[in-house]
Amino acid sequence: MTKTTDPAVRTLNVAVAGNPNAGKTTIFNNLTGARQRVGNYPGVTVEWKQGTCRRGGLDLELVDLPGTYSLTALSEEELVARDYLLTRSPDVVVDVVDASNLERNLFLTTELLEIGLPVVLVLNMTDMAQDRGLQIDAARLSERLGVPVVAAVGNKGLGMDDLVAAVAKAAGDVPNLPASVGVCVDGSPQPGEVSDAGPGGWFVEYGDDAERTMSEMARTLVDDKPRRWHKVKLLEQDHRVLEGLYTPGAREAVTGLAARFTADCAEDVDTYVARRRYEAIGELCAEVLRQPDRRTITRSDRIDHWVMHPILGVPLFLSMMYLVFTLTFSAGTPLMEVIDRGFVWLAATINGFWEPGADSPLRSLLVDGIIGGVGGVLVFLPNIVLLFLAIAVLEGTGYMARAAFVMDRFMSKVGLHGKSFIPLLIGFGCTIPAIMATRTLETRRDRLITMMVLPLMSCGARLPIYALLIPAFFSPTWQGPMLWIVYVTGIVLALVGAQLLRSTVFRGDTTPFLMELPPYRMPTATSLLVQMWTRAWLYVKKAGTLILGAAIILWFLTFYPKPDADYVPPQDFDRAPATEAVSAPSIPYGQITDPAQAQAAELSYSIAGRVGRLLEPIIAPLGFDWRIGTALIGAVAAKEVFVAQMGIVFAVSEADAESEALRDRLRARYTPLVGFCIMIFALIATPCIATFAVTRQESGSLGWAVAQTWGLTALAWIVTFAIFQVGQLLGFAGSVGAA
Amino acid sequence: MPLTMVSEGTKAILKSIDGGHQMRGRLAALGLLPGTELEVIQNSGHGPFVVSVRGSRIVIGRGMAQRMEVDE
Repeated sequence: MTKTTDPAVRTLNVAVAGNPNAGKTTIFNNLTGARQRVGNYPGVTVEWKQGTCRRGGLDLELVDLPGTYSLTALSEEELVARDYLLTRSPDVVVDVVDASNLERNLFLTTELLEIGLPVVLVLNMTDMAQDRGLQIDAARLSERLGVPVVAAVGNKGLGMDDLVAAVAKAAGDVPNLPASVGVCVDGSPQPGEVSDAGPGGWFVEYGDDAERTMSEMARTLVDDKPRRWHKVKLLEQDHRVLEGLYTPGAREAVTGLAARFTADCAEDVDTYVARRRYEAIGELCAEVLRQPDRRTITRSDRIDHWVMHPILGVPLFLSMMYLVFTLTFSAGTPLMEVIDRGFVWLAATINGFWEPGADSPLRSLLVDGIIGGVGGVLVFLPNIVLLFLAIAVLEGTGYMARAAFVMDRFMSKVGLHGKSFIPLLIGFGCTIPAIMATRTLETRRDRLITMMVLPLMSCGARLPIYALLIPAFFSPTWQGPMLWIVYVTGIVLALVGAQLLRSTVFRGDTTPFLMELPPYRMPTATSLLVQMWTRAWLYVKKAGTLILGAAIILWFLTFYPKPDADYVPPQDFDRAPATEAVSAPSIPYGQITDPAQAQAAELSYSIAGRVGRLLEPIIAPLGFDWRIGTALIGAVAAKEVFVAQMGIVFAVSEADAESEALRDRLRARYTPLVGFCIMIFALIATPCIATFAVTRQESGSLGWAVAQTWGLTALAWIVTFAIFQVGQLLGFAGSVGAA
Repeated sequence: MPLTMVSEGTKAILKSIDGGHQMRGRLAALGLLPGTELEVIQNSGHGPFVVSVRGSRIVIGRGMAQRMEVDE
């Protein structure tokens, strides 16, 4: 397309705006491909995407603004979108509208035009509009609005070159626009059809009284050329805009004028303004849009009849989830094993550089610290990639909105949004992708509540703990029910916790359930892959940075300082059962020959061991001794580390969840009640360090991550305390060693 | 009468919304203003329900629908 002879590459800042479900992100993905970065707007939970596009001698720096229906600052998304437009003043705003739903989509367009930045209108999904028998006269629309109008089919990648050309033109560049200026001959415009009638400056007229009031209000502004958008917001008494008035008396003057206007107006101002906008859009649509009776039942409605059926909807949703999870895990597990074997090989190779038995801090750091910590997180990558792919499919097809509808009846009872169900379900796999999946929730409040209770969904990494302890303490008939009790405890606590948060920290008007049901559509492979990859990459990046750092710190805590030769391990080491051959009397560290015993002594001397000891008075009321305390500190790195740490404190070499030797030691020392208490504590307490890091990232503040960690730890203490104390009173304490 | 009383497949005109600035604003952005014609697509007697407004499908929570007065 555009062939530029200009050697200098021009960079344009482009903001992509539009309604949710208008296909904004698909267009953004088409233009940028994988050249994008995902992050959060500082301090808020709104996802932030930036990408570059180099086409036809142009460098576009694109920002995918959050999807919004208006710019009224009613939600965080709207605030982010409008602040970006007002403060960063991008060179061009690409307004993506759903051609099959023109009227509603143009509402945002009226606001964008009032801001006064160059706008390019993208009529997206023109194929769908055509299917519905809608005919849009793009040329006339462009003429009336005074902005270029590009017809496109985002999920087929059609019309992108023309969009770039139109952006260049709108930014004032010398354009090489294709000759096909939109003449609407047979119905809807064809993708790639570009209509550009030149600057026209179409605005909604708000009526004489309103216009006069707005001019009077504008006089109080410092800015002598205020945007029309500002004047309208003053009329609407927009909180944020009012706060921005610095001149003394300005706010009072504006409020007075608004009050005078409202007094003469039959309805409140925002309804009045919205009505005038829709009236103007209605007139416009009458000119450019020909449509059959719009209330024809669409194909989406027919599908929804079953998908959102009052009785069949829930089982259908649950089977869908079952399918997603089985596919994710059955397809992911072989890959997981490959990665796991890769790390084992890597560890063995690194170990090979040192002589067997040689004590090297570097070897230990690489193998125990880095490979053990980061490897443990990266092993889940295949599952996570597949899970994100499944979520992208659910979102892309439009099913996610239906799932929210179906689940809302249950979720709203505990103060959660219908959409919270999916992150909570993912939480049973791993908390990290689950927290990242809360991005599908629209309000900050719903996201934060879901995030805070998410670690209570017992993740896969906690399963080894249960797998070790349950057979150690409970007879086979009780093993299934015990596991069930642990999981259900987590779920009940999450639901109660959500309810509690809703009525305390997040009190206030509950966000009413209100959302659009997008028509079902086929997502593109590119869009799905890009979405999957950007999120998976975030996970990998986290493993490589935050989790790496945390793993090194925890490695240090568990391995240092090293004891001297004359260090005598703590007395209660001899309390290990006498029947055990390896049980050692208190001999100095230097004389211990058994490597497992030496490791146990080292751990007792390390910072983690000492902290475990220091914590003993605090955890004693829960039935825990310092060994459990030390192992729980290890569990902060990753929950499954608990098992390995227990193996070390009990001097059982190479302990895993199936270790009978370790189970014997545990049975000898603890009662089944304590075993149950450990599971409950591990379930609730201190989410792993990766969860902390992701919560910090996704909530946009360290405070929430700290609150989550301490809140859950306190909850764990209280619940475990209650269980242990009540259990003792009921006489469950006496059954030491009973299995 | 409140919107909750309207049965499936029936068209109605929104008369008034009993709600604050926030709620009215959100409804307006989705195209629901007093005077707007809508059609109830799904109303199963409990749970949220679906209306068709200006060509799009909107899900409205029952609590909110209770506060929307309509004329058939």
